[in-house]
Amino acid sequence: MTSEFAQPTLRLTESQYATIIGNCYDGLPNEACGLLVGPLGGNAEPTGAVSEARPCRNVDASAVTYTVDPRDMLGAMRAAEARGDEIIGVWHSHTHTDAYPSPTDVRQAVDPAWLYVIVSLRDQAPVLRAYRIRGEGIAEVAVELDRG
Amino acid sequence: MAVEIKLPTVLRAQADGQATVAVDGATVGEVFNALVARYPGLRGNLLDDSGSLHKFVNVYKDDDDIRYLDGLDTKLADGDVLSILPAVAGGA
Ligand SMILES: [Zn+2]
Repeated sequence: MTSEFAQPTLRLTESQYATIIGNCYDGLPNEACGLLVGPLGGNAEPTGAVSEARPCRNVDASAVTYTVDPRDMLGAMRAAEARGDEIIGVWHSHTHTDAYPSPTDVRQAVDPAWLYVIVSLRDQAPVLRAYRIRGEGIAEVAVELDRG
Repeated sequence: MAVEIKLPTVLRAQADGQATVAVDGATVGEVFNALVARYPGLRGNLLDDSGSLHKFVNVYKDDDDIRYLDGLDTKLADGDVLSILPAVAGGA
């Protein structure tokens, strides 16, 4: 993987981080999911800033798969558009496995520019990591927590 | 019948980078045909080999999923907005 692929750094506010982690625990025993809204840079790719973390319904209602409710995605798309932003990524939980993309996650990844956040709830403390997925390639991107 | 089509980021590279495209058509199928005629690279993302709506794509006419209307035969009126959304899914 080139270093260009392993960027940008995902920057979450503490409140967005809390929203994501809370959503993942609220979804138990099932996987939870949500969409990240944020700006695109001049290269039409996410800058890594997030303007909103929007919890979505997992229509699969499953402990091993997720599908973002398309109605929630439509809402996220409209909210993004209203603020001049775009959907820039998605998070979901792994209830019993690592915070690393599964073969299913890789196969179903829709947008090589998106940031894919995975929250593992396997251990006592949640583990949040972020990736970009392009073809079969997986690159971890850094996550920064901003106080704000 | 001018209809506005909103494209997700992942499809814009196939449409000269545009987020929104206006095309004419009286049904979703006609509008898709016009869209694909203008941007042939979109075809495989929207339709499967048999010409049906691709199963990994959701299309909303305003607030309604066209699968619960009349699919590609769904009638459109001037000023309708079609939103194309990729299915976002994965697993453990
Ligand atoms: Zn997963």
